[in-house]
Amino acid sequence: MRKLIGTLVIIITLYSACKPNGPATLPILGNRQPVIKTVNGKTVTDTVYSTIPDFKFVNQYADTITGKSLNGKIYVADFFFTTCPSICPVMHRNMLNVYKEFKADDNFRIISHTIDPKYDTVPVLKKYADKMGISGNTWWLLHGTKDETYQIAKNYLVSVQEKNPQGEYIHDGYFILVDKQKRLRGTYDGTDPAEITKLIADIKTLKAEPDEVVAK
Amino acid sequence: MRSGFIISIGLLLVALIASCQSDEQVEFNRYYSGGSVLYLAHCQNCHGEKGEGLQALIPPLTDSTYLKKNKASLACYLKNGLKGQITIAGRTFEGEMPVSDLSPLEMAKVLTYVTNSFGNKAGVVNLQQVQVDLQKCR
Ligand code: HEC
Repeated sequence: MRKLIGTLVIIITLYSACKPNGPATLPILGNRQPVIKTVNGKTVTDTVYSTIPDFKFVNQYADTITGKSLNGKIYVADFFFTTCPSICPVMHRNMLNVYKEFKADDNFRIISHTIDPKYDTVPVLKKYADKMGISGNTWWLLHGTKDETYQIAKNYLVSVQEKNPQGEYIHDGYFILVDKQKRLRGTYDGTDPAEITKLIADIKTLKAEPDEVVAK
Repeated sequence: MRSGFIISIGLLLVALIASCQSDEQVEFNRYYSGGSVLYLAHCQNCHGEKGEGLQALIPPLTDSTYLKKNKASLACYLKNGLKGQITIAGRTFEGEMPVSDLSPLEMAKVLTYVTNSFGNKAGVVNLQQVQVDLQKCR
C-alpha cells in the first residue's frame, strides 16, 4: 500500500512537471540538421528542419495543386482510396470532424492523396467528395501518378505499399499536421477519435504560435 | 423481519434469473453478444459505432422498416456483397458493399446484433434461418 502511494506521488510529480509553462507550442518532427551560418560577421548555428518539397497534383475539381497552393496555410495530409474497405471510412468519418471545425478558415486545408490513381480518377474523387458532403476548397482530394504519390508519402513519414495478394493496399491511417513553413508538427492515428480531438486542439495551438501567425 | 426481507430478496433474484434463462433468451443473448464482437471487427469501420453510416457514402443500419422488409435477404447481402441503388431512411445510396467472409453462424450472430441494435428490435436471427435464406440467394 505504502509503495503504491509512493508510486502515485512520483507519477503526480512527474505529470505536473511536464505541464507546459507559457504559451504552448508543438514539437517539430522529422530530420533536423545544424547549419553554421555567418550573420553580420558572427558565426551562428541554425537548425534546419526537414520540410515537404514542392509537388504537383490535381484536385477533385481538376485544378492543379502545388506546394505554392499551400503557402501560408496550415494543413493536414492523409492517404486513402475511395474503394478502401478497411480503415478509410473510419479515417474520413473522423476527418469530417476536422473539416467541420475549420472549414471557415481559409488558411487551413486538408489534403487526401489517393494511392489508387488508376481507379480514383478526378471524376471519381469529385463524386466521393459530393457523397461525403464536402464542398469548397477546404478539403482537396489529390490525384497524381503512383510514383509521385508514393514519393511524397515518404516525406510525410507515411508508408504506403502496392496491393497485397488480396488486392488491398497497405497503408497507414495517419493524419499528418504540417505548418506554414511546411514542417511536420504532429502525426495522429486517423482511426482513433481521441487522437482526432487532440489533432483539433493541436491545430488551434499551432495557429496561435507566433511564427505561424506572421507566416504568409 | 430482517430475515424475511432477505429471503424475499433472495426469492426475487431466483425468480429473475429463472425468467431470463428461458431458452429463447439464452439463444438471443448468445447470438447478440457474439454478434457485437463480429460487428466491431467486420462492419463498424463502414457502418459506424452507432450504425450511423457515413454521409451519402455508406447507409445507416437504423432503418427498421428496410431491415424488416429485406430480412430474408440480409444474409445474401453479406455473402455476395451489395451493389446498386437502394433507399434507406428516405435517402438514396449507390455504393458497393464488399463480400464478407463470415460463416453462416457468424452471419446469424452479426445480423441478430444489427437487427436488435440502433433502435431496431427484430428478435433473433438463428443459424437455421440463415441457412434457409442462403439457399435462396440470387
Ligand atoms: C466497406 C464498407 C462496408 C462494410 C465493411 C460493410 N458494409 Fe454493409 N454496406 C456498405 C455499403 C456501401 C452499403 C450500400 C450498398 C448499396 O448502395 O447498394 C451497405 C449496405 C448494407 C445493408 C443494407 C442497407 C442498410 O443500410 O440497411 C446492410 C444490412 C449491411 N450493409 C450490413 C452490414 C453488415 C452486417 C456488415 C458486417 C458484416 C457490413 N454491412 C459491412 C458498406 C459496408
